[in-house]
Amino acid sequence: MSLSFQFAHSLPEIIIALGALFLLMLGAFGAGKRDWIITELAIMILGIALMSMFYPVDGKALVWNGAFVDDAFARFMKMLALGGALVSLVLSREFMAREEIDFFEFPVLILLATLGMSMLISANGLIALYVGLELMSLALYVIAAFHRDNLRASEAGLKYFALGALSSGMLLYGSSLIYGFTGTVSFPELAVALRETPSLGTIFGLVFILAGLAFKMSMVPFHMWTPDVYEGAPTPVTAFFASAAKMAAVAITVRIVITAFPGIKPQWQQIVMFISILSMIVGALGALWQTNIKRLMAYSSIGHMGFAMVGLAAGSENGVAGVLIYLAIYLVMTLGTFAAILSMRVGNHYVENIGDLAGLSRNNGLMAFTVAMMMFSLSGIPPLAGFFAKYYVFAAAINAGLYWLAVIGMLASTIAAFYYLRVIKIVYFDPPARPFERAAIEVRGVMTICLIIVVIFGAIANPLVEAAGAAARSLVWY
Amino acid sequence: MFGFGILSGLIILPLVGAAFILVLRGESEAALRNVRWTALLTTIITFLLSLFAWSLFDTRSADFQLVEQKAWLGSGIIYKLGVDGIAMPFVLLTTFLMPICILASWESITTRVKEYMVAFLVLETLMIGVFCALDLVLFYLFFEAGLIPMFLIIGVWGGKNRIYASFKFFLYTLLGSLLMLLAIMAMYGVAGTTDIVTLLKTNFPSSMQKWLWLAFFASFAVKMPMWPVHTWLPDAHVEAPTAGSVILAGILLKMGGYGFIRFSLPMFPEASQYFAPLVWTLSIIAIIYTSLVALVQEDMKKLIAYSSVAHMGFVTMGLFVMNTQGVQGAVFQMVSHGLVSGALFLCVGVVYDRLHTREISAYGGIVKNMPMYAFVMMLFTMANVGLPGTSGFVGEFLTLAGAFRANSWVAFFATVGVILSAGYALFLYRRVIFGVLDKPAVAAMKDLSAREIVCLAPLLVLTIYYGIHPGPILEACAPAVDLLIKNYQTAIAAAKTAAVALH
Repeated sequence: MSLSFQFAHSLPEIIIALGALFLLMLGAFGAGKRDWIITELAIMILGIALMSMFYPVDGKALVWNGAFVDDAFARFMKMLALGGALVSLVLSREFMAREEIDFFEFPVLILLATLGMSMLISANGLIALYVGLELMSLALYVIAAFHRDNLRASEAGLKYFALGALSSGMLLYGSSLIYGFTGTVSFPELAVALRETPSLGTIFGLVFILAGLAFKMSMVPFHMWTPDVYEGAPTPVTAFFASAAKMAAVAITVRIVITAFPGIKPQWQQIVMFISILSMIVGALGALWQTNIKRLMAYSSIGHMGFAMVGLAAGSENGVAGVLIYLAIYLVMTLGTFAAILSMRVGNHYVENIGDLAGLSRNNGLMAFTVAMMMFSLSGIPPLAGFFAKYYVFAAAINAGLYWLAVIGMLASTIAAFYYLRVIKIVYFDPPARPFERAAIEVRGVMTICLIIVVIFGAIANPLVEAAGAAARSLVWY
Repeated sequence: MFGFGILSGLIILPLVGAAFILVLRGESEAALRNVRWTALLTTIITFLLSLFAWSLFDTRSADFQLVEQKAWLGSGIIYKLGVDGIAMPFVLLTTFLMPICILASWESITTRVKEYMVAFLVLETLMIGVFCALDLVLFYLFFEAGLIPMFLIIGVWGGKNRIYASFKFFLYTLLGSLLMLLAIMAMYGVAGTTDIVTLLKTNFPSSMQKWLWLAFFASFAVKMPMWPVHTWLPDAHVEAPTAGSVILAGILLKMGGYGFIRFSLPMFPEASQYFAPLVWTLSIIAIIYTSLVALVQEDMKKLIAYSSVAHMGFVTMGLFVMNTQGVQGAVFQMVSHGLVSGALFLCVGVVYDRLHTREISAYGGIVKNMPMYAFVMMLFTMANVGLPGTSGFVGEFLTLAGAFRANSWVAFFATVGVILSAGYALFLYRRVIFGVLDKPAVAAMKDLSAREIVCLAPLLVLTIYYGIHPGPILEACAPAVDLLIKNYQTAIAAAKTAAVALH
């Protein structure tokens, strides 16, 4: 295996890694602590990394001694994660400047976190998984508390760190159990080793690994950090958490259970169903009486991860394709919503109460329409994108015979519809509150693009559906 | 055009109008006038186009006509449109009622006119889509998407309690529909496609049929609405603006009945037979109970809303007796109810616009200062009661005749409902129109304006015309209904033979 071959298959990671180091130098030896063009350069680097994935490489490749896999699944998920990171950075420019926390470390940390995600998505063994996960998490701990003079942000960072370290510990413990009982850390070899009746130790290992990953996906019962961190962290950071970080965590969960644990499918299916049902219910009920829109989005994301996992619980190729479609659509909806949240500025001050949106339809028609469409889409009403997301995961679950899971999911989504409707009610039915200032052009741009995608998704769905199908097929199916 | 047919045209046209309205700028009186005229012209053109589609339609055939098909989501989900004799009347009813709705909102809607018209035009697109869709997912998409504009119409332009009503409307319907969505997915799992024409020929296993039937029932029963899941309707009706009520009663309620004819009966015949007594019971309860409830209402719109539930009871009863009279009567009853209840809500809107209350006790004696109104209201009240010579009679008579053939007790109890409906309708009429004209505000009300006459006249003409000559609707749906019943009986017979063979 030539070095250039290995480089070709890990091009995005290399670009991001070099780019992050370069920007770090530029920031450290450049003019002052402030971010002058570092964010713009970071956006460019992410853009180049994204484009490098279109570089034609054939099919599937194992590089770096089998620790790193490059397949259609990885490319699909990396596009989502990198896309999410890129848009979060775009959204952060105005916010960071106005809050006067536009230090050059921020884009660098985002790049490093994205690098971790990218490695995580391509991880083909337990060690690679852990390295990627920690690189991502360490950067995330720091940026959660990036607004360090702010009490809430510091609290968010500390909470995230303490609980995150615990979950990493669980993951490591699970990994060591698995290694101890099978003698290997590589996913394909694990799949072979776990063909026979699994021992109790491996089941334990599986449970701990899934618990650690559930924490990163913010799924119940490991979701407690989510509302506080979402609320406390600076809004662009929250957007980054909700978009890119979620993509990576779900991607590795899907990869590990499908490629490493096909032999103990009944066991992980149970766990996935369990956390999926709980997440859907807690996500629906928890958000009902929230007044802070970021907390609302936190519970909403818990619920949505539950819905996405319905597809994984099906354990079929269709189910995984459904998860991928779900994530892609969820990414767009989340970024659109956060773009709207980042437009909630009165004077020079960002507000985040749902009540501040009152009567928005009278003050800012386009933004109101965006919020309404995002909320309808998040609650899964056709013809918006969110409907197709739900359709594919639930169709897979029904096909796999998981009727009760599907019925519970539908009940949860009816309950969830209530709080999305509440936001729309405040935007459209209530008398106007103070109008918001005009947001920066890039924020409005992101909002409009997301709006268009969400509204006309039904007409343009086919390429995405096919790409997700190809990505799901590229995983090893036993 | 671009390989799309006339039905796509019908679906796209209102959207084009809506897009045009969105481009219009300004809040001045002239700008608002442009908005209103654009909406009206769009709906009129759509109506004319639907008449053209009707002229291309062959009423002797039971097949789907004007069919068009395009690849959409791959893997068996397609964009396919077409109409048969059952769907065509509903398409026409939709396009016919829309210009009237726009006209009815001409003066009563003064805030956010642009958004209002856009919401109505989008709603029209979705309603036409429901009746034209020949793909189950596409059908669901249109069916459910209608919630969005209706939610906004009730919530933004509704009455005092609009928020409660809009939430109730949305969540009730959503829960029912989501269960149907699961059934659609399960059907896709069996048939590998969501093409309705293929699904109509698919035999679903008996045990599965019952579950699928129940899931579809959950959705359509809420939409109809059937007792006991009807409670959202009075709230939604009371709070919705006049035109919203017209659309709700005229078209949205018909989607449930249409769904029963299109899906439940032909696709799950065994389950339909199994559950028919349940539907009969619920229908009878709806007819009698809601009629009694209507009798004590103090709010005009609420009264008519309850009467709608009772009339829909006749529809479900007629559908599930599964004979020619019953099903044809149900289709006719739906069209007729679309005209009559729509007109009644318009009538309520007329006095509401003048006095801004729907309390029955606030009125009285308006026959003296509004004779023309009293006349129109009387005709529609009679049609609502089902007086021979009006369209209301034909539907009720046919469904009752069909029910009598299937089960005379069902027919007996339903007939009691007819008597009660005469009771509440005449009681309403007496309290509003007759009596002493002692309230100065009521005495000051002017008779129908030219615009209101234009709104009501077409409805009046059709109500009388179809009452005397119901042929056009019955003939249009006859071949499709015959085919439906034939297939149904074949399926039941086959199931029986299979059961005998097993023993």
